[in-house]
Amino acid sequence: MIALFLRDLRLAFRAGGGFGLALAFFLLVAVLVPLGVGPKAATLALIAPGILWVGAMLSCLLTLDRLFATDFEDGSLDLLATAPIPMEGVVLAKAAAHWVTTGLPLALLAPVLGILLQLPGPAFGWLTLSLLIGTPALSMIGAFGAALTVGIKRGGLLLSLLVLPLYVPTLIFGAEVVQRAGQGAPLQSPLLLLAGITAGALALLPFAAAMAIRVNLR
Amino acid sequence: MELRVNNLSCARGGVPVLAGVSFAVAAGQALILRGPNGAGKTTLLRTLAGLQPALAGEVSVGADDVALATHADGVKAALTVAENLGFWAAVHGQRDIAPAISAMNLTALQSRPAGQLSAGQRRRLGLARLLVTGRKVWLLDEPTVSLDAASVGLFVQVITTHLANGGLAVIATHIDLGLTAAQTLDLAPFKARLGALP
Repeated sequence: MIALFLRDLRLAFRAGGGFGLALAFFLLVAVLVPLGVGPKAATLALIAPGILWVGAMLSCLLTLDRLFATDFEDGSLDLLATAPIPMEGVVLAKAAAHWVTTGLPLALLAPVLGILLQLPGPAFGWLTLSLLIGTPALSMIGAFGAALTVGIKRGGLLLSLLVLPLYVPTLIFGAEVVQRAGQGAPLQSPLLLLAGITAGALALLPFAAAMAIRVNLR
Repeated sequence: MELRVNNLSCARGGVPVLAGVSFAVAAGQALILRGPNGAGKTTLLRTLAGLQPALAGEVSVGADDVALATHADGVKAALTVAENLGFWAAVHGQRDIAPAISAMNLTALQSRPAGQLSAGQRRRLGLARLLVTGRKVWLLDEPTVSLDAASVGLFVQVITTHLANGGLAVIATHIDLGLTAAQTLDLAPFKARLGALP
């Protein structure tokens, strides 16, 4: 499992691996919004938490379609299915590698983009924290979607349609944490719900994704 | 170790392809699968590897004993030859990739990105992966495609050594590999009749 995790990290950083793609996309979204909405600080501060969370979510989606598809096309997935790692372990290792190459850097970059969007001062720390807690769920739910669409040629669009509705709870509670932090309101309940969604996704979805892959390999 | 297949029926995409296949391969032996295109060679190998469930019948070895080599080699273009092989070795809990590299004559290509290999070199890398799995039962689906004569000779040597060490192999191929300890099975008579849908 560790070998697979390290291989996926290495592939992401090599040419054509897609690392940086999500970050650049996130950066562009955050830069384009003030251009469209106008430079008024009050308006931007109001929508900043939502924009940053939606941006992070869409960036996460960008590299998802290749999570299992490249391994399916070059036969690695067949070989991994006969390897001594359980398929659930394969899913977890690949989702973890996806998170380390997208979710984690997104969470670290987000405060910088918060400045661009006039995010209120107290919200910066909570923005990073909420993304750190919420993005693992995005990677795991995404891995489930990618597993469902693995046999389909150019399944990227279908994958987005499947996965985006499932992202809604994470988006709502993640943005709510940042919103409340900006207003100085108590934020314990959305934070706990956000963590709960991540914990639930990590506990259940590897099994569902592994089952979907096994069916798709037949 | 013996591979015993009893009255096996398998399907591809839900359509029965083969019915009533039975054979036994003892340690040190190879079985050559013959049959025209579409006869079900690949389907049989994938079923033996546990990638798809059999419709009926039994296979005596579990998925933990088999190493599969399919048309796709499972090679990552962005990784070097040694990195590709090292990954599969690590997955199978092995360390030493040097014997596999020298056996398939890849020493000079070790640090080359796999994306720059020719089709035949890529195939050699895919076949070298079999050696780092440490598994006894090899299921080979047309292993010699795009190999030149010298590489085929090399590969036959690798199989012979594997068989001599108590391994066994099931090989779907259209050419004569010249293996001495090999029986041949023609799959054409086992074709599932479409009328016999379960």
